[in-house]
Amino acid sequence: MAETIVRMESVSKSYWRDQLEIPVLQDINLEIPEGEFLALMGPSGSGKSTLLNLMAGIDRPSTGSVKVAGAELANLGDSDLARWRSDSIGFIFQFYNLMPVLNAFENVELPLLLTKLSSSERRQQVETALSIVGLSDRMKHYPNQLSGGQEQRVAIARAVASDPTLILADEPTGDLDKQSAEDVLELLSRLNKEFGKTIIMVTHDPRAAESANLTHHLDKGELVTK
Amino acid sequence: MPLLISYSLKNVRARRLTTSLTVLGMGLVVFVFCAAWMLSHGLSETLVATGYDENAIVIRRSSQTEVQSILYRDQAAIIKTDPGVAVGSDGTAQFANEILVLITQPKRGTTGTGASSNVPVRGVSELSFGLRPNMKLVEGRMWRPGTSEIIAGRKVANGFEGCGLGEQVRFGTRDWTVVGVFESDGSGFESELWGDVEQLMDAFGRPVYSSLTFKLADTSQFAAVKARLEDDPRLEIDIDREKQYYANQSRFTSIYITAVGVTVSLLFGLGAIVGAMITMYAAVAGRTREIGTMRALGFSRSSILFVFLVESLTISMMGGALGIVVAYFLRFVEVSTTNWDTFAEIAFSFEMSPMIAVIGIIFSLMMGLVGGFLPSVRAARLKIIDALRSR
Amino acid sequence: MKLLKLLFRNSFRHPLRTVLTILGLAIAIMSFSVIRTAINAWYVGAEASSPNRLVTRNAVSLIFDMPLAYKERIANADGVTGISLAQWFGGIYVEPSNFFAQFAVEHDSYFDLYPEFLVPEDQMAAFMAERNAVLVGQKLADRFGWSVGDNVRLTGTIYPGDWDFVIRGIYTGKFETTDENTWFSRWDYLDERMRVETPGRAGRVGTYIIQIDDPSRAAEISQAVDAMFENSIAETLTETEEAFNLSFVAMGSQIVLGLQIVSAMVIGVVLLVLGNTMAMTARERVSEYAVMKSLGFQSYHLVGLIAGESMLIAIMGGALGLLISVPINGVLGVALSMMFPVVKMDALTFIMSAVISGGVGLIAAIFPTLKAVRTPIVEGLRIVD
Repeated sequence: MAETIVRMESVSKSYWRDQLEIPVLQDINLEIPEGEFLALMGPSGSGKSTLLNLMAGIDRPSTGSVKVAGAELANLGDSDLARWRSDSIGFIFQFYNLMPVLNAFENVELPLLLTKLSSSERRQQVETALSIVGLSDRMKHYPNQLSGGQEQRVAIARAVASDPTLILADEPTGDLDKQSAEDVLELLSRLNKEFGKTIIMVTHDPRAAESANLTHHLDKGELVTK
Repeated sequence: MPLLISYSLKNVRARRLTTSLTVLGMGLVVFVFCAAWMLSHGLSETLVATGYDENAIVIRRSSQTEVQSILYRDQAAIIKTDPGVAVGSDGTAQFANEILVLITQPKRGTTGTGASSNVPVRGVSELSFGLRPNMKLVEGRMWRPGTSEIIAGRKVANGFEGCGLGEQVRFGTRDWTVVGVFESDGSGFESELWGDVEQLMDAFGRPVYSSLTFKLADTSQFAAVKARLEDDPRLEIDIDREKQYYANQSRFTSIYITAVGVTVSLLFGLGAIVGAMITMYAAVAGRTREIGTMRALGFSRSSILFVFLVESLTISMMGGALGIVVAYFLRFVEVSTTNWDTFAEIAFSFEMSPMIAVIGIIFSLMMGLVGGFLPSVRAARLKIIDALRSR
Repeated sequence: MKLLKLLFRNSFRHPLRTVLTILGLAIAIMSFSVIRTAINAWYVGAEASSPNRLVTRNAVSLIFDMPLAYKERIANADGVTGISLAQWFGGIYVEPSNFFAQFAVEHDSYFDLYPEFLVPEDQMAAFMAERNAVLVGQKLADRFGWSVGDNVRLTGTIYPGDWDFVIRGIYTGKFETTDENTWFSRWDYLDERMRVETPGRAGRVGTYIIQIDDPSRAAEISQAVDAMFENSIAETLTETEEAFNLSFVAMGSQIVLGLQIVSAMVIGVVLLVLGNTMAMTARERVSEYAVMKSLGFQSYHLVGLIAGESMLIAIMGGALGLLISVPINGVLGVALSMMFPVVKMDALTFIMSAVISGGVGLIAAIFPTLKAVRTPIVEGLRIVD
């Protein structure tokens, strides 16, 4: 029986701008089991990134409950949330967001510095992660020495290095050329099928969504399943 | 060109925090720079107001200052009858014997700390006042002849214990009462105590004069009078126009203040230039893609150089203006220090002049130019392709 | 510990900017330490005083003198173990800008009271033997290229006329703080000529130097001496040598105050330069800090990184500034040697410079740290170059 990794109940989120309330998500109810590879699609402004952010605990809902990887996020203070995040979540951004002054190895190692692993244990995990993404030969390279696709793969390695419960990807192929995008999607697929990783991916590209098992659609802040 | 300038100005406004910090830094430097010049100018203004071109002052040869000079009654008598001395309508020579000594008095608010300074005491004759028309008694009255009464210049009255109206100063075994306060257009005389020359000579037991001041009969004939009197073998004196004499009295102090002030400002200026460079390099780095776009649209390298230089100059000029405006308010601050040329205390204040403001602006523009030059060159030399490709 | 690597590399991400910031800080700290050193030079003279010496002068001001007759009476006062006299000569050597201190002293007593002036025996004997002999300090001799045996003429200002002297000795200072810029001629040479030219000015003394056996009795003995001459035509003021030296410092006090204010402003410059750099850095790294927060780094991690970077740059700037100020103080010392015997950076200046660097490093980090900690992750990620 697969565990429910994400449970969202009656979740809404609004932003305030100059006295005006702008609703982004309305009454979302969602359950995602372990091992799922879910694509969240929708036009821009539909709130899909916001939904992802709520799952990652980097944003808080206006109403409703968000329970991820066994934790009721509303009950966690900011520093607890940070700790929880380092244990449970691996986040992949559209613009890779690697530290420019660290090389590939060091970038992947970064989240591991928050754990109690020893230096050699960390090295083990980093090397494993980099070999999964196929970049073992580029460990000492800096982001400006890597292509866009390679940078994103390093970012993926960073996301999986600490073996998180949930992987969240926000438009991971949005900034990549066709070949690199395919490589990245294949990688995500493998992570899901071979390693059983639960992945939630936000994308606007229908072909990217094909790599996933399941697709939900968001329109004007409401969930529509297909 | 107006488009380019407005582009520069808009960019200056856009990065507000960084711009403000840089402007503040420049402002501080220009402030210190102006303050130093203002102080020196204030000192010379005080001395310029002291004395008149129509008067001549005589001291003993090589003595440098009145305090060190000794003149005898017979020398005074010889000079008094010289044709170069103006004669009044009533037939009296416009001539005054004076003595100048220094007494040590504590500054106000420092009694007990040992912080004293030397106050000049000038013994004057009746005609001393006529020779300096800008002398005005503003409080109290003149001394009565034959008494131990004195009057005090405004700056001494304010700055030193016992020198205010009604107070007493002790020297020469007598207690002297200040019965009046005078002003004289902010000149150096306001830093002096004045009393009757005969009373003071008696009190100090010095039957000699320090200096003789007289009005020139014909002010254009000064050179001839000077030659005649200085060559007279009975005399052994130095003679100067009164105004020139007092101007010379501050030469070293003035040079010292200017030297220290300008050195400090230049050091600060280097710091400000570095600050400007940092800001401008960041400005260039942040707008690389914009620059590439402008070049691609057809703007030349020199127009890019121009744009960034204008930005740098604008920031530095804002800083300069700020520094000058704040420095202006220094004129309410009074400074009192020992004039090492005369060993006497002199009080003066910061004085702004149009030229100082101009020099201040030029200084800030120079800092902006030097600080902005290299970054602007870098911006101009960017290859279009690289610039467009950057993130 | 690995985060230190990140910190270090972040600091030098834009090498030119970091170097310029360090340079700007270095200039400011250097200015601060040089200005303070110049201020301290004023006070060194007071440090060179001896607690066993008192100075007596005319109570009205230094420009008035006292009769020679006072000497005997002071010498007999209780607690006085030695007495000498000195008169400021104030002559001009070639031109007024060649200023240096000149004293006509009582040749057979003065140097007993000032054992810190070291004179070779044969030179001292020559000084004792000839009326117009002069002893000059080593630094003064170096300044004008004088050697023993040189004839030197001074033009008197207080004592008019031309005065001819022969340099018979060059003295060196026993301590580092001992002045070596003074000219000592003989008082009897001065007095002799006064008796001939202006008898009214003979037998007059500018200052008496008194040696006492017990420094703790200084105030008591000073008052006793002054009491002797109360209500005479030349009332005296006796004080410790230190107080006497400090009274000169007080005369220039406002200029010193001005310099102190300026040195404080330096701190403002330092803050602005570093603050500016850190503010720029903060803006550029907003998304990076957001990413780190999303990875699970806590606020204190960010504080450490940002404050650490700021402190690193500040300390490097301060260290460089102090380093540069050493040779500059040296140059200053040479330029001011005619007025100040010793120009050297003292420990307090060093400490203050270090504290300022560190303090500014922390303060400049406040704004960027607050911004990084307070910017919500979502907002930070949204910002793309």
